[in-house]
Amino acid sequence: MTTNEIKLTKKDFTSDREVRWCPGCGDYAILATVQSLLADVGARPEKTVFVSGIGCSSRFPYYMDTYGFHTIHGRAPTVATGLAITRPDLDIWIVTGDGDGLSIGGNHLMHTLRRNVNLNILLFNNEIYGLTKGQYSPTSPLGSVHKSTPMGSLDRPVNPVSLALGAEATYVARSIDTDRQHLSGVLRGAYEHRGTSFVEIYQNCNIFNDGAFDALREKGQKEHNQIRLVPGEPITFGPEGERAVIAEPDGSMRIVSTEEAGDRVVVHDPTRPASTTAFALSRLAPSPTGPTPIGVFRSVDRPVYDDELRKQVAAARERYGEGDLVELLEGGNVWDVF
Amino acid sequence: MSDTSTAERERIQLSSAVVRFAGDSGDGMQLTGDRFTTQTALAGNDLATLPDFPAEIRAPAGTLAGVSSFQLHFSDQDIHTPGDAPDVLVAMNPAALQKHLSALKPGGLVIVNTDAFTERNLHKAGYESSPLDDGTMTDYQLHEVPITGLTLRALERHIEEGALNKKEAERCKNMLALGLVSWMYSRPIAETEEWLEDKFASKPELADANVTALRAGWNYGNTTEAFAFTYEVKAAKLAPGRYRNITGNQAMAYGLIAASVRSGLPLFYGSYPITPASDILHELAKLKHFGVATYQAEDEIAAMGSVIGAAFGGHLAVTASSGPGIALKAEAMGLAMITELPMVVIDVQRGGPSTGLPTKTEQSDLFQLLYGRNGEAPIPVIAASSPADCFDTALEAARIALTYRTPVALLSDGYLANSAEPWRLPAVDELPALSEAFAFTTEPNLEDGGFAPYLRDQDTLARPWALPGTPGLEHRLGGIEKEEGSGHISYDPANHDAQTRMRYARLDRIGAQLPPLEVVDPSGEADVLVVGWGSTKGPLQAACHELRSRGRKVARVHLRHLAPLHPELPELLASYRVVVCPENNMGQLAMLLRARTLVDVRSYNRVTGQPFASTELVAAIERIGWGEQA
Ligand SMILES: Cc1ncc(C[n+]2csc(CCOP(=O)(O)OP(=O)(O)O)c2C)c(N)n1
Ligand code: SF4
Ligand SMILES: [Mg+2]
Repeated sequence: MTTNEIKLTKKDFTSDREVRWCPGCGDYAILATVQSLLADVGARPEKTVFVSGIGCSSRFPYYMDTYGFHTIHGRAPTVATGLAITRPDLDIWIVTGDGDGLSIGGNHLMHTLRRNVNLNILLFNNEIYGLTKGQYSPTSPLGSVHKSTPMGSLDRPVNPVSLALGAEATYVARSIDTDRQHLSGVLRGAYEHRGTSFVEIYQNCNIFNDGAFDALREKGQKEHNQIRLVPGEPITFGPEGERAVIAEPDGSMRIVSTEEAGDRVVVHDPTRPASTTAFALSRLAPSPTGPTPIGVFRSVDRPVYDDELRKQVAAARERYGEGDLVELLEGGNVWDVF
Repeated sequence: MSDTSTAERERIQLSSAVVRFAGDSGDGMQLTGDRFTTQTALAGNDLATLPDFPAEIRAPAGTLAGVSSFQLHFSDQDIHTPGDAPDVLVAMNPAALQKHLSALKPGGLVIVNTDAFTERNLHKAGYESSPLDDGTMTDYQLHEVPITGLTLRALERHIEEGALNKKEAERCKNMLALGLVSWMYSRPIAETEEWLEDKFASKPELADANVTALRAGWNYGNTTEAFAFTYEVKAAKLAPGRYRNITGNQAMAYGLIAASVRSGLPLFYGSYPITPASDILHELAKLKHFGVATYQAEDEIAAMGSVIGAAFGGHLAVTASSGPGIALKAEAMGLAMITELPMVVIDVQRGGPSTGLPTKTEQSDLFQLLYGRNGEAPIPVIAASSPADCFDTALEAARIALTYRTPVALLSDGYLANSAEPWRLPAVDELPALSEAFAFTTEPNLEDGGFAPYLRDQDTLARPWALPGTPGLEHRLGGIEKEEGSGHISYDPANHDAQTRMRYARLDRIGAQLPPLEVVDPSGEADVLVVGWGSTKGPLQAACHELRSRGRKVARVHLRHLAPLHPELPELLASYRVVVCPENNMGQLAMLLRARTLVDVRSYNRVTGQPFASTELVAAIERIGWGEQA
């Protein structure tokens, strides 16, 4: 019986390291979900690599009994890309934060997404710099009052899903730390997608930014605010499905009562080749304090950078044969001295 | 072709010659120089070249800023430099003459393209009157040749038949100049004809025009009476073997391929374009059939990250850049160091600081590679000393990286990168067997079946290289200080101190295994030692040779390893009355040697963006070594 046939459990993906996040941190829930998911989908610990940058969230690899690399601030996609190019046999996950992935590492994120390298990127968005103890981040709402912005932050926040879609990412999703079932579903899709998968996870930092996502996480609120995107289904939400999303003539989207929407309710289709509709959906919610779409915004197939790179190597070998060192050195003009 | 009738002209035998082609950036001087170099190599001369071009791709035509030049030194003897002062200058326009005339040997020969000496061009070059008839040229042998006009005349038929227009025809003037100089030096042009036909295979009319211009240049020399002599430089007595010409960047690329072949590891090359390193990327991108993955990253940080990932994945991982890019890589190089993964970081140095002099040479990044990282982050640093040596040092860098599991910095520079020399091809099966330098770890290394990724080899202090994908060896790497053995995060004060010392100790282990230093001292009685590193080797060799011929007893040592320094150095340096260290920087190696050996090492420095001239080194070493005694 080969190792591939043994059914693994969550425990097989759990390292012996003591988890050191603050009690109550949303990262715990994400960790548990990822560990269970990997067992469920039949991933192999030795074939799985977690690469992270720097931040509370980026401690993630230490807690996984897989291969792992805790790199430097913002650069996880760069290390993961080198690994993905050289090792098509691995499942590579990136864990990054809103500061790590969108501020210092924003450039790498954009290029990784447009290249469509075979990686899964999990962006833990807590709208704060956790590890450095509470400065505002690129996703903090305008006017956020934190240690470095006592009179309110001045820069407009970025919407990670819009950014990913703008970079033409091929798999873009959003979920919530404590919604185990929803998160699992979205992560499973990421795991199965070939190319870069980008998943924004709303994560509560109960120390420096508690409650930022209450509208979507708390009983009594979430039923009103979660707009669950389900492929093939009209986009409606609310306890009774009483609200709906419609498209305006200018391409933007708007929330109206289901009654008013009539047959104009947008039917969700993440496989649309153009990202226009997905982008309009991502603009629906200016911040996660009101109705906000969660789920898979986009899932399309496109050539994968590292696959194509390896194909070029194979094609060159086909055309010129395996490289021969003597032939290479003697190429060009040579002359003999006796 | 009238090769034979040249015999009527007196042919003067020379031991060596220095020729410089200079013209506007658009005049094709680099190509002309390259072709003349190949012809010269095939004639069996030893040679060295010095291309020099502006940073602007097309600086305004006719201006001093736009002048591009190519110098070639060739000889029937062993030579080490592209030559100090040219014997012959080919100036395609007034700006080229203005910029290069002063470099010429007294009485040297100048060929000017008179057609370019228009009022406007003279003005652009800063001439108030024409140097051709105001006495400027009295001390030189001036040959006024209407190169553009001759080219157009030679291509009259081509233009008439519509094969090419006048502008295209004019562009063949560099081939006319090449033909003329080839005739002067009795260089056969058949190889260049073949090369042209090859290059313009899809445009036969251009091939034909260029070949016609080339032959016209040759015939012009042969049939006009303007040139009284031709010259010949006989083949040099080089060591037996098979030779080719090679530039530093090409040798570097081939060295990396050789390291891949000899280690059995596929090569991963991640890089971001920058002058003068980009040609390594271009060269390797053509060699995918060797299993090379070339990755043009979004910036140097990403390039550095990608090689860390590739090294983790088990490939021979290499990146290259120049000073500004190395600065960006610094933080990730620290990560590479602390995670103890093997990789090579090449710095093809250029004039700094900041953007500096992108197309010029300098040795000013030594400290950046030695110390330019946060914390105590020692890595081995080695340097290539000639274009062909780039091949050997690429292999040496890979050897150290793979044996000791560490990033290795390899220094080249703009001069080595672009200049060429004849290279005796090595026997491939005698190249270092890099596959013996490492083995991937596939089994647990603890008695309880566990795996400790920082449990070291006691000889090399290398940690195990266990690749993702290996069952049972799952482990986590990272930039946080780690506990010896387990590699777990550790903030323990004593552990950090011990780890820091271990990382220096590993450098010492490398030093202890180095072959003895090679000190060149033919008399065995020298009391002055010249110490150098990198691309100054050629000029230093030539200068010491000259000093010895004047009776000075001088020894010379050239360092390949800058970190670790060779353990014999303190004793060696202390055994000379004077130690001189010439560098194309403000004294970086000298400062290091003083700190490490407590010897009063004397510096000689120049940072003009050009390699040292050997005459200037002769004067400097003479003054520092003996002048102050007198
Ligand atoms: C080059 C560099 N700059 C700054 C830091 C300090 N730093 C560490 S984590 C961090 C921000 C982390 O925020 P985020 O990515 O949102 O992660 P979180 O802690 O919130 O999970 C900063 C600024 C660093 N480690 N390295
Ligand atoms: S600071 Fe915030 S994000 Fe970091 S571990 Fe604590 S709760 Fe979690
Ligand atoms: Mg954060």
